[in-house]
Amino acid sequence: MKKLAAATFVFATIALTATARADFSDGVIKIGVLNDASGLYADLAGKGSLAAAQMAVDEVGGKIGKTPIELVYADHQNKPDIGSGIARQWFDSDHVDAIVDVPTSSVALAVSQVVKEKNKVFLANGPGTSDLTGKACSPNTVHWAYDTFALGNVTGKAEVEAGGKTWFFLTADYAFGQALERDTTKVVVAAGGKILGGVKHPLNTSDFSSFLLQAQASGAQVVGLANAGGDTINSIKAAHEFGLTKSGQKLAGLLVFLTDIHSLGLETAQGLLLSESFYWDRDAKTRAWSKKFAEKNGGKMPTMVQAGVYASVVHYLKALKELKSDADGKAVVDEMKKLPTDDVLFGKGSIRADGRKIHSFYLYEVKKPAESKGEWDLYKLVKEVPGDQAFRPLSEGGCSMVSAAK
Amino acid sequence: MLAVPVQALFGQLLIGLINGSFYALLSLGLAIIFGLLNVINFCHGALYMLGAFVAWFLLDKAGLGYWPALLLAPIIVGAFGILIERLFLRRLVGLDPLYGLLLTFGIVLFLQGLFSNWFGSSGMPYEMPKQLQGGQALPFMFLPNYRVWVVGVSAVVCLGVWAVIERTRLGSRLRAATENAPLVGAFGIDVPRLVTITYALGVALAALAGVLAAPIYRVSPLMGADLIVVVFAVVVIGGMGSILGSIVTGFGLGVLEGLTKVFYPEASNTVIFAVMAVVLLVRPAGLFGRQA
Repeated sequence: MKKLAAATFVFATIALTATARADFSDGVIKIGVLNDASGLYADLAGKGSLAAAQMAVDEVGGKIGKTPIELVYADHQNKPDIGSGIARQWFDSDHVDAIVDVPTSSVALAVSQVVKEKNKVFLANGPGTSDLTGKACSPNTVHWAYDTFALGNVTGKAEVEAGGKTWFFLTADYAFGQALERDTTKVVVAAGGKILGGVKHPLNTSDFSSFLLQAQASGAQVVGLANAGGDTINSIKAAHEFGLTKSGQKLAGLLVFLTDIHSLGLETAQGLLLSESFYWDRDAKTRAWSKKFAEKNGGKMPTMVQAGVYASVVHYLKALKELKSDADGKAVVDEMKKLPTDDVLFGKGSIRADGRKIHSFYLYEVKKPAESKGEWDLYKLVKEVPGDQAFRPLSEGGCSMVSAAK
Repeated sequence: MLAVPVQALFGQLLIGLINGSFYALLSLGLAIIFGLLNVINFCHGALYMLGAFVAWFLLDKAGLGYWPALLLAPIIVGAFGILIERLFLRRLVGLDPLYGLLLTFGIVLFLQGLFSNWFGSSGMPYEMPKQLQGGQALPFMFLPNYRVWVVGVSAVVCLGVWAVIERTRLGSRLRAATENAPLVGAFGIDVPRLVTITYALGVALAALAGVLAAPIYRVSPLMGADLIVVVFAVVVIGGMGSILGSIVTGFGLGVLEGLTKVFYPEASNTVIFAVMAVVLLVRPAGLFGRQA
């Protein structure tokens, strides 16, 4: 009898460990942070995103049940081929279960393909293109922090309402810039505005004076900057220098990050309208989290991308806890969509059928130098736009998963 | 596409000239260093970046504004150049120029990595000096005073350097030392010191361009990397080591790039390389280079 009991015990232990192993593939939950480590998007994502993901992992004690959570990090250099190459290697030989961040839309679109093919999970925060939840949507992708539609929608509408009826675009010539121009154009035209023209410039242009001269010659009331990072910084600097704003034209920064404004300085950037889904100084909770983050990130406050990385990893881990498995990427994303989201940075929200995370968007104005009380005290709130009004309606994205569900 | 008004075209030509002045300043330094030292100074862009950062440091840490920086930054970076030359480049004399290229490329990676680590990629703000703010409303465009200043400074500096090398005793010694170093040495001229001076001068030119660029572009660790490839193309098109060639080509390509930005902006960062390919096919030594 004793023998039998012992045998049963041993058997049960083996069975238990076996199921525990089967729950999480390869005995570890591995999340890969993939972004630009040294190029023009390194400040808005970069190592800061890794720190944000680490904070999310630390919050659950570094493991789910007995399975440890590991983070890996790589630089995609803003090149789609390098990004998808790293993704493949991570999935095929390094046991990575989910990829998070991936700024640069062209890289994100390529990575999204690989993730779908391997049935893993993609938590997109860095990329802007709304195609990730539109015509390129995937059952394995959640698009968290922001997208080009929401940016164009919130900033564009506000500018038109303030009297900026005629527009000229400076557009970064790749997937993100084109999507941003397209989405903003729709909003501007719908609100009664008119597009007078635009210029498509190469990514990473240092001198924008030629383009600004063309914008000036167009006579448009608003010059829409459909670019990001260093390109936006250089456009705003040149616009300031060439007296664009003094001659009555207005700049609309369609995607401007906190780090960009910090780099520009308030003297140059003051008065600029912009929209973000996260600003560190919004309430007590975001302030507390951001302070902790800044300690790990060389004193720099988080951007909305880094905030999104944290929040999306928190929610991903929550879904894993419920599901007790990370093997089937699509099932994990389905679970993430089923669970309501709730975190200190974005508050309560949800993830839609097309993978779009819904939360409030905020229209901010850059402070005047006299109004700022510190190095990172840069924005004042103009208004909050609820998530269902900020993001593209589910039916208009052209996502095949949505039409299939109907 | 040809509906661009003549007025706008004038504006673009002027802007092209302004950008060309940066190309000219940087490629001039490169050409001097290659022509006289036979070193392909790949870290030129990084030293340009260093010049801008020194200006920023002087302002932020020592309270010294733009005008002192204009003088101090080239001196400080020039001294750093002397260090590079004495410690590293000197050991490569007589070897294939490719070794120099590899060494200086290593310095680029080192400097860029260090500054990215310290300052991040989006860069630091640098205010324009009060005296040069504002601009002139020309009939065809608004011309910022600062840009006029940049064109003026670089034109004067380019001409000055050209005159020093072609018209002075120091210049003639330098040129002689390039032709036949042992012979010049035999006349009692300190050739290694000449080499150090030349390298420091080339590097100081890069730093000067960096200070000039600080108020209009961002002071960022990547500012040199964005520019250096174009500048190399300028030097190759002008003829490696040709001083006049690098100046003329610098301004010329700036204008060409400016025009491309009007007619077909998508190609504006490619057009210079297309020109380079054609020039290399037709005149392998460059437009102003001596045919071997």
